[in-house]
Amino acid sequence: MSATQPEVSRKLGAAGRLNEWVNARFPLQKLLAEHITEYYASKNLNFWYGFGVLSMFVLVIMIVSGIFLTMSYKPSATEAFASVEYIMRDVEYGWLIRYIHSTGASAFFIVVYLHMFRALLYGSYKKPRELVWILGMLIYLALMAEAFFGYMLPWGQMSYWGAQVIISLFGALPLIGEPLVEWIRGDFFISDITLNRFFALHVIALPLVLVFLVVLHIIALHEVGSSNPDGVEIKENKDARGIPVDGVAFHPYHTYKDVVYITIFLILFSLVVFFAPTAGGYFLETANFDPADPLVTPEKIHPVWYFTPFYAILRAVPDKLGGVILMGAAVMVLFFLPWLDRCKVKSIRYRGWQYKTALGLFTVSFVVLGWLGLMPATGFYLLLTQIFTIIYFAFFLFMPIYTSMEKPKPVPERVVYHA
Amino acid sequence: MHELTRKLLAVVATGVLLTPVASLAAGPSIPLDRANNDVRNVASLQRGAQLYMNFCLGCHSAQFMRWNRIAQDLQLTEEQVMNNLMFTGDSIHDTMQIAMPGADAEVWFGKMPPDLSLISRSRGTDYLYTFLRTFYVDDNGNSNNKVLEMTSMPHVLWELQGLQRAAYDENGDWTGFEQIRAGSMSPEEYDRAVRDIVNFLDYVGEPIQVERRRIGTMVIAFLLVFLVLSWLFKREVWRDVK
Amino acid sequence: MTDDTDNRRRHFLGVATGVMGLVGVGFVAYPFLASWRPSARAMALGAPVEIDVSRLEIGGLIKVEWRGTPVWVLRRSQDMLETLTLPEVVNGLRDPESRQSEQPEYARNTHRSVREEFLVLIGSCTHLGCAPLERFEVAPADLGPDWRGGFFCPCHGSTFDLAGRVYAGVPAPTNLVVPPYTFRDDNTIVVGLDTEV
Repeated sequence: MSATQPEVSRKLGAAGRLNEWVNARFPLQKLLAEHITEYYASKNLNFWYGFGVLSMFVLVIMIVSGIFLTMSYKPSATEAFASVEYIMRDVEYGWLIRYIHSTGASAFFIVVYLHMFRALLYGSYKKPRELVWILGMLIYLALMAEAFFGYMLPWGQMSYWGAQVIISLFGALPLIGEPLVEWIRGDFFISDITLNRFFALHVIALPLVLVFLVVLHIIALHEVGSSNPDGVEIKENKDARGIPVDGVAFHPYHTYKDVVYITIFLILFSLVVFFAPTAGGYFLETANFDPADPLVTPEKIHPVWYFTPFYAILRAVPDKLGGVILMGAAVMVLFFLPWLDRCKVKSIRYRGWQYKTALGLFTVSFVVLGWLGLMPATGFYLLLTQIFTIIYFAFFLFMPIYTSMEKPKPVPERVVYHA
Repeated sequence: MHELTRKLLAVVATGVLLTPVASLAAGPSIPLDRANNDVRNVASLQRGAQLYMNFCLGCHSAQFMRWNRIAQDLQLTEEQVMNNLMFTGDSIHDTMQIAMPGADAEVWFGKMPPDLSLISRSRGTDYLYTFLRTFYVDDNGNSNNKVLEMTSMPHVLWELQGLQRAAYDENGDWTGFEQIRAGSMSPEEYDRAVRDIVNFLDYVGEPIQVERRRIGTMVIAFLLVFLVLSWLFKREVWRDVK
Repeated sequence: MTDDTDNRRRHFLGVATGVMGLVGVGFVAYPFLASWRPSARAMALGAPVEIDVSRLEIGGLIKVEWRGTPVWVLRRSQDMLETLTLPEVVNGLRDPESRQSEQPEYARNTHRSVREEFLVLIGSCTHLGCAPLERFEVAPADLGPDWRGGFFCPCHGSTFDLAGRVYAGVPAPTNLVVPPYTFRDDNTIVVGLDTEV
C-alpha cells in the first residue's frame, strides 16, 4: 500500500513537470485560457453568431480536402481536365473529396456572407471593432481571389471563359491595361502557363494569406471582445473577479453550442454533397463538364453565383472602365462602413426605422443583383440591374445622412437573456 | 420519383429558389421531353450499354469509363463484358476508346465526334433523350435534327426508328413528325431503347451516383442522431447559465 | 439530489456526444485514407502481364516490367536444374527450403517454380534492391571454383543460385522473390495472376 502511493504521485508529477517545462518556454496555458477557457462572450449570442465558427470550420474542410485533391490533380492544360475526372472515377473516394471541395467553395461564401450580414445587423463593425471588420474584409478579398484561382483549375469551359472575362477586366485600365493582362497570363492567351501560376497561388500563396489573416482577425476580436445582439459592451459590467457578468466562457458554453451549429451545417452540407453536388448547376456549372476550348465560347458566360452581385454591377454601365471601377468600388466601399455609420447604437434591435429600411433595401438589392448577374445584361434585366446598383450604392453613400437622423430606442444596461 | 427528389433537394439544400441554371444553358431550339430514366435500373443500363457499343462507340469514345468498372456496376462478369460489349482487343482495364483516327473523322463529319464520358452532365439527359428521337429527313432529303439543327451527326439509329419527316401547320409552325418508313421497332420500343442509351450515358457521366446517394442517406442519419445528442448536451451545459 | 442526477445526466450526454463525435471523425478520416490506395488507373497499369516464352531458348533469360519491377523468366537447361541439388550448392545456401523467403506456396520447392524448366523471379536483390547480374558460367575466376552458376549482385556482392536461393555469408537476407504467376497455356506465363492449386 505505502509502496504504491508514491508511485502514483510520481506519475502525476511527470505530467505536471512536462506541463511546467512547456509553459516555461511557450505560453500554452496562457493562450488556452486567453482564447478558450477564459474568453468571455455574451450569453445571449444567437444563431447569427455561429457563422464565424462555421467560416473557420469550412476553411479547415477546404484545406484538408484541398491537400488531398492536390495529390492527384495535374496543373497542366493538357492534363487538368482529365485529372479531375481521374479523381472523380479512379481514385478511391476521390469523388467525395472533390465534391466536398466544390461544395465547400460555395458553402464558404454562404457562411461568410451571413457572417458579414450579422455584422450589419448588430453593428459589429463599430467602435471598438473597426479593425476586426477591416481584417475581415481583407479575408473576404483573399477569399474572392482564392475562389477565382480555384475555379480555373478544373479547366472546363466555364473555368476557361470565366477566367478570360475576369482577367480581361484589368485590360480596362488606361495605359497599363494590356501589358498588365499579358503579365497576369504570362502568355498571349490563357494557357498552360496561366493555369500553372494560378495553381501555385491557389494551393500555396492564398491559403497562407487566409490563415494568417484569420489569426489576426481572431486576435483583434479577442482583444476587444465579441459583440452581441443587444450591442451592449459586456466588459463594462464586471463582477468582483473581473469577469463580465453577462459573459460566459467560450469553453465549454460557446464551444458546445458551436458543435450543434456545426452539426446542422454538416447536415445541410451533406445534403448537397451526396444528393445534389452540382446544386442544379449553381455549385458545379453545367458548361464546366466540357473541357476548356479556346476556340469555342459557351453560350452563356457568368461567374459562379457568389460573384454575380458584383458581376451585375460591372455590367450596369455600358463602359468597360466605368464598369470595372464601379465593381471595384462596390467591394471597397464596405471597408469604410465603420466610419459611414454615424449612429451610436449598434444593434438593429434599438435602431431607428431609417437604418432598418436601408439595410432591408440593401439586402434585397444584393440578392437581386446576384440573380441578375446570371441573366443576360439586356433590356429589362439591364434596367433592373441599374436600379438595384443605385440602391446598393445609396445604402453606403447616404449612410452618414440617414444614420445621423436616426432616433434610436434606449439601449438596456445589461443584455437581454431568458434562461 | 428520385429525379424529383434530387431537384427538390437541390433547391432546399442550397436555399436557392431560382430556376436552375442547367435548364438555361445551351438552349435547344425546341422544348425537351423528359427522359425519366433511372440509373438504379441495372437491366436498362445493360440494354443501354449494348446499344451504345453497337451504335455509338464506332465514333464516340467514353475515354474516362473503364470496362471493368462497367462490369462491376452493371452486375456483369468481366468475361461477359469482354465477349458481349468489347469489340476491340483492349484489356478489361482500359477505358472506352475508339479506333477511328481523328483525321478520318474530320473528313467524314467535319470534326471529331465528341467524347461522351460527360455528355449527360454537360447537356442533361432530357436533351439527349429528345435529340436522339428528333432526327428527320428535311425537304432536301438530308438528315436533320430538331434539337440541334444541321447537326453533322447522321441518324445512326434509323434502322430502329425508321425515317420520319417534320410536319408543319398552316402557319409554318412545327407540329410533330410523320413516319415515312417503318423501322424495326415500334415508336414505344424506340423510346425505350433511347431511354436505355440515355440511362447508360447518365451512368457513364457519374458512375458513383447510386452509391453516392446510398452513402449520403447513412451520413444524414448519423448526423441527425448526433444533432439530437449534441443539442441535449449543449442544453444540459447551458443550465448553468442563469 | 437533483443536482446529482443532473450531473450524471450531463456526464452521460457528454461522454455519448464525445464518443459519437470520435466515431464520426473516424468515418470522415476513412475516405481520405482510402484515397491513398492504388487507384483504378494504378490497378490497370499494374494489371497482370503476359509473357510469351515459346521463343525463349534454353538457358536464356527475358526481362519484363510488372508493377514497376523487373520480372525475369529463366528457361533452365537440364544441367542447370541438376546444380540445384549438388551438395556444394545446397550446403552453402542460407535458406535452401525457402522457409524465410517470399514466394507463392506453389513455388516453395527445390526449383522454386511451377514448372521446373521456367524460373520466374523479381529481378531485384533482397538486400537493397539492386539488380543482380546473370552469371551462369561454372567456376569463373572471380566467383571461385565452387560456383555452379547463378546470380551475382554487383552492389554488395550477394550471390544466389539458379533458383534464386541466397548463399550464406552475403548481405542479402532471403532468396530472390518469386511473384505470383500462372501458365495460361504451355507458352504463356501470366505474371500477377496466381496459379490455381
